[in-house]
Amino acid sequence: MCTLEQRGRVFVLTLTGDGEHRLGHPLIASLRSAVASVAAAAASAGPGTALVTVAEGRFFSNGLDIGWAGTSRPRLQELVDALRPLAADLLALPMPTVAAVTGHASAGGFLLALCHDYRVMRADRGVLYMSEIDIGLPLPPYFVAMFRAKITAANALRDVLLRGRKLRAAEAKEMGIVDAVCPGPAETAAEAIKLAEQLAARKWDGGVYASIRMSIFPEACKSVGIVEESDEEKRKHFASRL
Amino acid sequence: MATQNLCTVERRGRVHLITLTGAGEHRLNPALLSAIRSAVAASAGAGALVLAAEGKYFSNGFDQAWASTAPRHLQATMGGEFRGLVADLLALPMPTVAAVTGHAAAAGCGLVLAHDAVIMRGSRGFLYMSEVDAGLKLVDFFAEVFREKVPDAVNRRDLLLRGDRMAAPEAVRRGIVDKAVDGGVEDVVNAAVAEAEKLAARGWDGEVVAEIRKAAWPNLWSKVKDYGADAPAAAARPRL
Repeated sequence: MCTLEQRGRVFVLTLTGDGEHRLGHPLIASLRSAVASVAAAAASAGPGTALVTVAEGRFFSNGLDIGWAGTSRPRLQELVDALRPLAADLLALPMPTVAAVTGHASAGGFLLALCHDYRVMRADRGVLYMSEIDIGLPLPPYFVAMFRAKITAANALRDVLLRGRKLRAAEAKEMGIVDAVCPGPAETAAEAIKLAEQLAARKWDGGVYASIRMSIFPEACKSVGIVEESDEEKRKHFASRL
Repeated sequence: MATQNLCTVERRGRVHLITLTGAGEHRLNPALLSAIRSAVAASAGAGALVLAAEGKYFSNGFDQAWASTAPRHLQATMGGEFRGLVADLLALPMPTVAAVTGHAAAAGCGLVLAHDAVIMRGSRGFLYMSEVDAGLKLVDFFAEVFREKVPDAVNRRDLLLRGDRMAAPEAVRRGIVDKAVDGGVEDVVNAAVAEAEKLAARGWDGEVVAEIRKAAWPNLWSKVKDYGADAPAAAARPRL
C-alpha cells in the first residue's frame, strides 16, 4: 500500500500501485505507521530532514474509500474519523513536508496533499478536485479548517469548495495552491525531492519547525486535535537556548 | 540609560517622526523599547506617526545578547515591553507608517507590521523572520501579528516557515509592504512622511481611527491590550 525509504536527508513515502490509493482503514493505517517511523527516525537523525509523499500511477489519491463505506453513514464517519489523526501526524511532523502530486488528488486525497507544507504537481494530467459538492456530501469540520487555513483567497476557496472546480497544475499554481509545476510524474517526483533536499539543508530544529507551523495554522491544527504548546513552555525553550 | 541617545523625535508638519538613532542594529532591549514607547506617547496632537531608523538596519530584533546575560525575571520585560508597544501602536489615535529604511528582522519585522502602512527602501534591506533559522518558537501574540497582517497562507509560510529574506520588490508584489522607494535612507523617510502627511490631511477623528483599527485586528488587539500604556489595570497587568 505504501513504502518508505530514506534517500540521504529526505524520507520518501510512496503510495504504491496503479490504483486510486483510496483512503480506507488499511492504507490510512499504513500511512500512519510510515509517518510515525519518519518522526522516530528524525529524532535520531537530528536537524535537517524532510518528507516527500509521492504516488505511483494515475492517482495521488482519490479520497476516502467510499466504495467500502457504501451507503453506510457510520462507515463513512469511521473513515472521516480515521483520516483525522493522519492529518494531525503530518501537521505535527517535525520536518518540512512536500507532496509530489503525481496524479489526481480529490476530496480526502486533496486534503492529504494540503496537509503538506509544499506541493509540486504534474502539468500533463491530473486535477485537484473537491468532489463533495458534486456528490452531495457535506465537509467534515477538519476538512474545512484545513482548506480555510491553506487557501486564503476567498474566490479560490469558493471555486474549490463551492464550485467543485477541477484544477490543473498551472491554475492551481496561479491560485497559490501548488508551488511548482513539472511536465510529468518523473519530473514532479524529482523536483519534490530536490525541494525537500533544499529544505532539509537549512538544518532546522524539527521541534521548532513544527511549533512555527502550528503558530501559522492554529485553527487547522486545533481542528485535527493537536494541542499547541503554551507560551510558558515556549519561553522555557527560549530560555534554554540563550 | 539616556533615552535621547536611542531615538529622536521631531514634527514635520502634522507628522510625528520617530527615528532610531545610530548606525547599529537597533536591537530591541528594554531600554530602546521604553524609549520608543515614550516617543510614541509624545505623538499626542499630531496627525500621523512615522517610525524610521538610521543606518543599515531598521531593527534586527530582540537583544539576545542582553537577554542571555540579564537576570531571568528581567528577560521577560523585553517581551512585555514589546507587547506593550504593539498595543500602543494599535491604540494610537492617528494613522501609523513604518519607514523600513534597512533590515527588519524577527521582532523588528513584527514591529514594522504593527503599523498601518509600510514603506520600504527599494534597493537595500530585507524583511526576515529569522526565528526558524535561529531555532526560536513564536509566542502566541507575536504569531498573531503575522496571522492578522499577513493573511495569505503562502506568504505566511514563506516568511515564517521558510525564513525567506524578502527585499522590497518581492514584499510589495506579495502585498506585505505597501510601497518600495528608490534612493537612500532619507528618501525613504521623506516618502513615509509624505504618505503620513496625506493620511493626516484626511482629518480623521483620532479616536475613531483607533477604534476602527482595533476592530480590524481584533485577535491581535485582544492579545496585547492589557499591556498598553492605557490598559485599565496597568498596575495589575500580568507579568510575563
